[in-house]
Amino acid sequence: MELTAQIGRGVLDGLAYVGALTRLSLQAAYYAFIGPFRGRPLRVERAFSQAMEVGVRALPVLSVITFFIGLILALQGAYELRKFGAIHFVADAVAISMTRELGPLITAIVVIGRSGSAFAAEIGTMKVNEEIDALETMAISPVQFLVTPKFLAMILMLPCLTIWANFMGILGGSLFGVAQADFSFLGYINATVDALFLRDIITGLIKSVMFGMTITAVGCSEGLNTGVGAESVGKSTTAAVVISIFLVVVVDLVFTSLFFFAGKG
Amino acid sequence: MPDANKMAAPAQNPDSDVMISLRDLRVSYGTREILHGINLDVRRAETLVILGGSGSGKSTLLRTLVGLERPSSGEIWLRGKNLATISDKDLDEIRRKLGMSFQSGALFGSMTVGENVGLPLREHTKLEDSTIEIMTRLKLEQVGLGGFEDYYPSELSGGMKKRAAVARALSMDPEILFFDEPSAGLDPIIAAGIDQLILELKQAFHMTIIVVTHELASAFLIADQMVYIDKGVIIAQGTPAEMKANPLPRVRQFFDRVAEPEVEQEMDYLQMLTAEHRRPVRR
Repeated sequence: MELTAQIGRGVLDGLAYVGALTRLSLQAAYYAFIGPFRGRPLRVERAFSQAMEVGVRALPVLSVITFFIGLILALQGAYELRKFGAIHFVADAVAISMTRELGPLITAIVVIGRSGSAFAAEIGTMKVNEEIDALETMAISPVQFLVTPKFLAMILMLPCLTIWANFMGILGGSLFGVAQADFSFLGYINATVDALFLRDIITGLIKSVMFGMTITAVGCSEGLNTGVGAESVGKSTTAAVVISIFLVVVVDLVFTSLFFFAGKG
Repeated sequence: MPDANKMAAPAQNPDSDVMISLRDLRVSYGTREILHGINLDVRRAETLVILGGSGSGKSTLLRTLVGLERPSSGEIWLRGKNLATISDKDLDEIRRKLGMSFQSGALFGSMTVGENVGLPLREHTKLEDSTIEIMTRLKLEQVGLGGFEDYYPSELSGGMKKRAAVARALSMDPEILFFDEPSAGLDPIIAAGIDQLILELKQAFHMTIIVVTHELASAFLIADQMVYIDKGVIIAQGTPAEMKANPLPRVRQFFDRVAEPEVEQEMDYLQMLTAEHRRPVRR
């Protein structure tokens, strides 16, 4: 009885948390897309500086990581394909796995590590320093002021970063293709283009937008729910990273299943 | 007439000079009640000092007055609206007429002092940037920080941060100004400067000022009225002279800085916890 009650409570808490995240995302979306038409100006310059931080500054590390991931994919794929004398399919394998799955996922994980944690730490520190209270007493909505620019930056930059990640992954794969699978560079790129459907890229980008919303909501919500003291900022930051990674994988599963069954029908 | 709608509100004090009126105000965190039925009137242009020990509920009272905590029951009448039942939109409307200076200053670290002070104007008015700059400079001069617009809060001393926070609280020309522990963490000379600033604001703008503090010297200097809160209840109230003469043992202990007997303190603490935190019996 006690165990089932605990499981029940856990599920309810989980659902309440997801509900709170959804509410936060909807509020941010309201301030981003509807608010400006109702006399609540958008903080464009803040969104822009957030986009620089979330997007542009993530490029070096993301480029290196996804280049390596592309190369690893090619190596792993070739290991199996070689047995069937089908090593030239390595371009297809890399292209499809990068665009449909690993491009968006690796991008999300890099962004969680860089920006999701930073959101929680920034907002958490503001909470501890009474700055969130100060915003509220000045009749300024913390969601409008703090969350909305981050939300906009994320849903714009994650798809951009994902496209870049796809490209770097394919480039990584091409290194193996040229060195070990008798491809010319152009031949590898042509094989990649032939293997890809627009659908592969689009589904990846749709997922990346959803990942962006998830990361923003978790990072900001953990920051806003920070308790008292410096220690709780650390806890919020850790929680933001762990929960974001978990929820991004869940969102990934949901959307991949949706695309799978929708594509079938 | 600004008090027209206020007079129409139910349970209002007929005295039109009353700015804030609390009726049986109760505030709880979870199942634990912090304020147990506060009744209080604050008059226009009056400086009210809320005194009390740590954990007495005085900061909770201040947070409730600016709408950061919602009461579990009771009424808070302010500008003709009951904050206990008010909508978020109306609350925001009222908050534009309130200024709050937080204990830590709560300045935004990523903005300069000037941007901090100008923020409410930039968010709530359609004024030109140049006008906002001039108003910001005026507010900073009022608190003795003229010329510090381009500094970041991290570059200011503790006392200067407090002053900058006051300038920000003043930026929308509030009717009521709230201070949470204005002199906490400051040396006596800087703290006296903050007291002086509060007195100047009171004289220059006839503002209603509410200060939460446990600094006695500061309290007696700035107060017109004082209340003493103990364990979530107002146990003494009056002018500084009346408070000085108050015979209640708890108040005397506070004013005379007498320590609590050690053993009793722990029992008191446990008793307080169990009395206020009675949970339903578990299976």
